[in-house]
Amino acid sequence: MIDFELEPQTLERVKLYHMVAEQMMRPISREYDEREHEKPQQFLEAMWSASALSDAVPESGSKSDGEKKNSGPRLRNLYTVVTTEELCWGDAGLFLSIPNSGLGGAAVMAAGTPEQKERFLKRFRGGKPKWGAMAITEPGCGSDSAAVTTTATRDGDHWVLNGTKIFCTSGQMAAEKSEGFVVVWATVDKSAGRAGIKPFVVEHNTPGMTVVRVENKLGIRASDTAALVFDNCRIPFDHILGSPEVRPEGGFKNVMATFDATRPIVAAMAIGVGRAALDFVADFLKQQNITVRYGISPRRLTAIERDFMEMEVQLKAARLLTWRAAWMLDVGKRNNLEASMAKAKAGLAVTQITQKAVEMLGPLGYSRQYLVEKWMRDAKINDIFEGTQQINMLIVARRILGYGSKELN
Amino acid sequence: MIDFELSEEQRMIRETVEAFARDEIRPAARAADESGSVPSELIEKIWQLGLVTSAIPEKFGGSADARSAVTGAVVAEELGYGDASIAVHALAPRLFAYPVLEMGTDAQRERYLRRFTSERFVPATAALMEPRFDFDPTDLSTRARRDGSGCVLNGSKCFVPLAQSAESLLVYAASEAGAGFKGVDAFLVPRDAAGVSIGEREKNMGLKPLATCAVALTDVRLDSEARLGGEGGIDFSRLMSEARVALAALGVGIARAAFEYARDYAKERRAFGVPIATKQAVAFILADMAIEIDASRLLVWEAAWRLDRGEDALKESYLAKNYVAASALRVADNAVQVLGGHGYIREHPVEMWLRNTRGLAALDGIATV
Repeated sequence: MIDFELEPQTLERVKLYHMVAEQMMRPISREYDEREHEKPQQFLEAMWSASALSDAVPESGSKSDGEKKNSGPRLRNLYTVVTTEELCWGDAGLFLSIPNSGLGGAAVMAAGTPEQKERFLKRFRGGKPKWGAMAITEPGCGSDSAAVTTTATRDGDHWVLNGTKIFCTSGQMAAEKSEGFVVVWATVDKSAGRAGIKPFVVEHNTPGMTVVRVENKLGIRASDTAALVFDNCRIPFDHILGSPEVRPEGGFKNVMATFDATRPIVAAMAIGVGRAALDFVADFLKQQNITVRYGISPRRLTAIERDFMEMEVQLKAARLLTWRAAWMLDVGKRNNLEASMAKAKAGLAVTQITQKAVEMLGPLGYSRQYLVEKWMRDAKINDIFEGTQQINMLIVARRILGYGSKELN
Repeated sequence: MIDFELSEEQRMIRETVEAFARDEIRPAARAADESGSVPSELIEKIWQLGLVTSAIPEKFGGSADARSAVTGAVVAEELGYGDASIAVHALAPRLFAYPVLEMGTDAQRERYLRRFTSERFVPATAALMEPRFDFDPTDLSTRARRDGSGCVLNGSKCFVPLAQSAESLLVYAASEAGAGFKGVDAFLVPRDAAGVSIGEREKNMGLKPLATCAVALTDVRLDSEARLGGEGGIDFSRLMSEARVALAALGVGIARAAFEYARDYAKERRAFGVPIATKQAVAFILADMAIEIDASRLLVWEAAWRLDRGEDALKESYLAKNYVAASALRVADNAVQVLGGHGYIREHPVEMWLRNTRGLAALDGIATV
């Protein structure tokens, strides 16, 4: 039965996250946009130690996962997207920098054995702040993630990794600045194509793994995006996630399965940023005594009213698609199509919403005195990472047409 | 708790109406568009589905299923998927019956509802729109002036479905100027009342099978019984919200029809040795259509869900309707584009859907859930 009301447990948490976003993130938002590559230690420590908020991490494998399941919301993925929206309303860059198992944890959860999940993820239950990261993109391949050239060669009871990875979110924190790890996707058999690509857990400060660069970016500057070089990096044999066997139905499918869960989260990130801009514009219009007149003839609306309504409804459309994609996972439905729909819609809609917000506010929107210009810069990443706009459109197109990658590429 | 799935009953209703739309309505759509009329047998068949009667309470002879805006939106989408003009025609009696049911006094309900339980189609309608480019339901030019215990109506209406055949019209007029939705009243007006003049059949760009007329009201004197809801009047904002949800849902249905047609065509039509759907330039258009249709439907359902909870949904229904008016038009336009030259030819239905979706932005209050 159609219902758009969130669970009470989720609604309660949303209030809490909103407080975090408003009181802890917004006040330092501009500062860590300007001070790129510096970390808000106090904020990060607070987020790490706030056990009540430990499930703020978007991926599975956080402290709250495992035993304590009864008290929390029943729809976990939905819970994650609504709380992600809240925190990204605060600041998307800071959100990405929060210590947690991150995408590395998501990969462990998707591809690891139960023993590996416990072994690699238990560190996130306490101690000092730690980060997990995932390295898949290479200088020569992004969306075409099956084309990775990083190799993993077996050498007795070790694997030896060689290659270069780029655009690794929280890569520096995971690889060098905490007791975290990086999940590296590498091929064990180039002739096997996709089936030969496997995920490997590389512990922090493993010799042979070097952070060679931390990128300077358009937005989300509070989050580090690292380039990593693997030069004869030796890791224990049992750090390969799942089975080392090369099978046609092998590990690469897990990357794709991971995306089905993470794309709605990225969509929610976008929506949080978009809502920040929308709320700002709404407050501004209120100050200017401009009322948005819902319900009257569309031919009588001012340009400002039209723009505002368009932003509002686009954001809502993106949110509903995102909620649906997350809900499907929660009730055990395959959501590959819907996750890509949500991501494609949210990424583009919020890119446009934030750009419109800057335009609507004129010189005030362009000025760094306000955060609107920052939100426009932050928003753009959501149309790129975890599958660009175009890759998600491609997935949607294949699904609705019943085509595989051979027919439609 | 969040749920994106229809109830089992709603799914059954959807299946039934979808099958009917596919097998009975769609095959009649082109001929109806060309001739400008809907076969009365088809209208009778739709009537037999009980889409109007089902909401009438048992004491007036109906079957009194609980009305739901979500269910109404589901039904409207499926009928729109068949053909929007035929859908609006078949559901036009709702424009009269539902406001009476929802907001009429006991006496008004007693007097008017029973007729809608007839075995045969009962034409009835509402007159809301006015011939102005910036027609605005919150600022009606048609005025109701108090006259003793009754009132006098003056004004002109347009796009009144079935005005020529309807026995009674529900006429919307401003009792109080400048009071927005609150200043609007609805009046139960017999078509043959003195001062009511039904104009010629209107000629429109699309929705051609739907018979609509202009209606002129010149000193139409009504007694106090004619004011819907009596002294309490009506909740016009809610009626408009219901109307907008319905029109938006119809739009989603047209868009879905256009999308499916274009998708199937693109998989069949070959160019350069392969189906055109295997080209990203075409495939991405289809992907965009699919995303917009889903987004549109969710916006409609969310507004409908609010109505079912008894909440105010003025803003949500307005935004949903405006969104769909744009998205359905885009989808239909893209469907024509995917078919290329063939899309422009009246042999294929996509050009008709393009004309029909354009109506969504221009029209208001011609359907209800």
